[in-house]
Amino acid sequence: MNKYFLGVDLGSTTSKSVIINENDEIIGRGITNTRSNYSIAAEIARDEAIYNGRFSVLKKKLEAEIKAKPQYKKYINDLESVFQYEQFKVRLDKLGDELLKTCKTFFKDKEMQDSIINHLRNIRKSFKPVIKKEYIYNNLGSKNQFFRDIVSEKYNEEVNKLDSSLFEPLMTVWDKSISPAENQLITFDFKELLEKAMEELRIKYKNLPDTVADNTSVNFDAELNLLKGNFDQVSETLRKHIEEIADLEFNIANMTGTGYGRALLPFAQECIRSEILCHAFGAHAIFPNTRTVLDIGGQDTKAIQVDKYGLVTSFQMNDRCAAGCGRYLGYIADEMSISLNELGPMALKAEEEVTICSTCTVFAGAELRELTNIGKKREDILGGLHKAIIMRAMSLISRSGGVFNEFTFTGGVARNPAVIKYLTQLVTDNYGDNIKINIHADSIFMGALGGAMFAKRNIKADLPDLKKRKELVTE
Amino acid sequence: MKTEQQEVIKEKSMLIQKDMLSNLFKELSNTHQTGKKVVYTFVPGNLTELILAFDMLPVYPEINALQSGMRKKSASYIREAEKIGFSEDVCTYVKCDIGMMLNGNVGPTGEKLPPPDLLLLSYTGCFTFMKWFENLARLYPGVPVAMLHTPYQEDGCITQDQIDYMVKQLKEEVIPKMEMVSGKKFDMERLSKMMINSAESEDLLVKILETAKNKPSPIDAYFAGVYYIGPMFTAFRGTDEAVGYYTELNNEIQERLSLGLGPITPEGELKEEKFRLVVEGPPNWTNFREFWKIFYDMGAVIVASSYTKVGGVYDLGFRHDYREPLESLSKYCMGCYTNMNLPQRVNLLADYVKDYRADGFLINSIKSCNSFSAGQLMIMREIEQKMEVPVGFIESDLVDPRYFSYSNIKNRLESFFQMLEQRKVIMAHEN
Repeated sequence: MNKYFLGVDLGSTTSKSVIINENDEIIGRGITNTRSNYSIAAEIARDEAIYNGRFSVLKKKLEAEIKAKPQYKKYINDLESVFQYEQFKVRLDKLGDELLKTCKTFFKDKEMQDSIINHLRNIRKSFKPVIKKEYIYNNLGSKNQFFRDIVSEKYNEEVNKLDSSLFEPLMTVWDKSISPAENQLITFDFKELLEKAMEELRIKYKNLPDTVADNTSVNFDAELNLLKGNFDQVSETLRKHIEEIADLEFNIANMTGTGYGRALLPFAQECIRSEILCHAFGAHAIFPNTRTVLDIGGQDTKAIQVDKYGLVTSFQMNDRCAAGCGRYLGYIADEMSISLNELGPMALKAEEEVTICSTCTVFAGAELRELTNIGKKREDILGGLHKAIIMRAMSLISRSGGVFNEFTFTGGVARNPAVIKYLTQLVTDNYGDNIKINIHADSIFMGALGGAMFAKRNIKADLPDLKKRKELVTE
Repeated sequence: MKTEQQEVIKEKSMLIQKDMLSNLFKELSNTHQTGKKVVYTFVPGNLTELILAFDMLPVYPEINALQSGMRKKSASYIREAEKIGFSEDVCTYVKCDIGMMLNGNVGPTGEKLPPPDLLLLSYTGCFTFMKWFENLARLYPGVPVAMLHTPYQEDGCITQDQIDYMVKQLKEEVIPKMEMVSGKKFDMERLSKMMINSAESEDLLVKILETAKNKPSPIDAYFAGVYYIGPMFTAFRGTDEAVGYYTELNNEIQERLSLGLGPITPEGELKEEKFRLVVEGPPNWTNFREFWKIFYDMGAVIVASSYTKVGGVYDLGFRHDYREPLESLSKYCMGCYTNMNLPQRVNLLADYVKDYRADGFLINSIKSCNSFSAGQLMIMREIEQKMEVPVGFIESDLVDPRYFSYSNIKNRLESFFQMLEQRKVIMAHEN
């Protein structure tokens, strides 16, 4: 039987999990936003990694066929997107139940209650097809894995279209319902959802227009055309394999928990590791020549020096203040009323970065308003803010001993293109252009990957004072 | 996070120490009856023998501050000092001390401390000390101030010129003021006799500290070092009681050593020594027990530390010498840890890592201490490169509880200990 190893990185903002096989290959990735209930977040991240893992196993199994027939790969990728939509639907129903429950307890007046429930139904009716289309045609699941973000964006849009007197009650019921809905641990019936997804996919391809002419919202490409032409044949050929992976048992041989919330993970204590070690180990595994690691997460910035084994020799972390981390960007995005994903691309358009004197999150917000009022361009302000983040990180790196070749950048913030731009600039300015800078598409998963690799190596933390706790995964 | 308060396990030496200290504070509270004169002075470069040779009593504001920190009184004292305008960044020993004085000068034992008859600034290597005493001079108008300017070991050595300069200050500035305040004539012979006791205590102290070279170490040379091994030294060095105390302590520790026992912690003996560390920088006092607990819970023993050398680096060979009392007081002042230049400190710490067979090196950086913080990152890098041991860096403060973040420190220390553990595993595998 195949053996798998799980790493869970419970960060302050997001919880990530990675499953690797015995060859250290990443088989599954799962991510969710961290909630007040850490074990739920960890379990959701783990389940997501297992679902993702099943699709990876399928692709791996059919590696040769996929190479020969790109339509197979397209089918499997599309199926995973639709599967994610099916998961989304289940959670959306839970949210619906919660909203209804809240309305019934919160509004004493029957008329008011009915009116709000009616509005909620209409809102759902309007946004559900929009989200469905995003999942099915534009692979929303791979872009945004956070239920709360996806649904709240659309909900807000719909509420804003309504009379302003409805804003308050609709937002109140929302605020009271979203967390309970999100915090429910849902056991998805993988097989059932997969069946539904296959049917949904069939409908999608049946209804696809033959030509690109009138439908610009669909990205036509070679693979899609190939699949459309052979849909039934592909679907039939793959069915057997798909059914097999639906029944696949994931034998998690060992696991490691890490991250900010690791102490609260319901893991056996010997399975808990420091995130410093995990990030370094993960980064070193992907880029074996790594000597310096910078990790910018939700509330921590870590500068880590590692040796040739991937072992940490020293590290520095921000103390007392978390300005310049992921949450800081989140706050700025809120202040500017744009989404977090738009920040980086907008900052890239800066022509002349404004100097931001303060890297205190709250003060930066005030500074931003002030600069906007005196007519500075948003792009230039954002450019300055991104640069300020990196300046702060550079000082932490200096404290840890400087940048050594190769330099690997990890953490959620490594997805931001403007951060990468300024980091590259400042590393080159300060340490010369002989430093190879590594950034991996999976940078946000580095801690979880390092954790999974520790689990595989079974290197025990072996801390004597710590009591054993209930194990989370016993499969 | 609250730790459960258990009964602290104490050795005989600790009980003797307690008696000696409470007697000193009692004596201090009785000066209005006994007429004994009181000298406020500092731990680094202290002139204890000289003070005692005039039958005066020493008061160490730093020790009062750290005691107030341990007894959870420092927060309100610091607030008092900030109320009258001391900035957030000022050394918290200073603010705690000033706050205590503003609050009626009730010492750590609950007894009122007498005002100073002499302010003896015996060490100028810390610039803050000068400012501290300027403030004390204003708080106690009319009290004479004696300042002993201590040349820094910029070139890494103590020269004859420097010794002469110090002796001249002792003769012309310090001793005349002491004679004036105490009303007694300086007695060189008495001072010289005390130095025989000093050297004996110093031999014993070094013997005790060096037991940490053994595996397992019978002592913790940082937490226990500052808690019961070192402090007696400052106030009592040169007395028969000090020799008695260190003889008892040495017997205790030699016995632990011969039985193969680990260090004593507030929760009893440490059963398994897992990590041996060298620590640079002062400890945190407001959460001393919690802080120590993180270490002993992980099986970490500090085998050598720099803070216990602030009162003298006797393991480098210096002893007070009865044949040249004033010269040796001068050498002593200039030889304390904080008066050594940075390369000297690096060499000392590197030797500690080697001689005490340490697995790692850790710095506790103190937010409000310029004296210690300057150069710490350089020291850390040098040790990392020179000795090839994992290094760690944590931050807290002396006596301001606002700057002790239990979870931050625990998080970093956990990572550090895991680094050490992992290195052991991998290195064992590689070899």
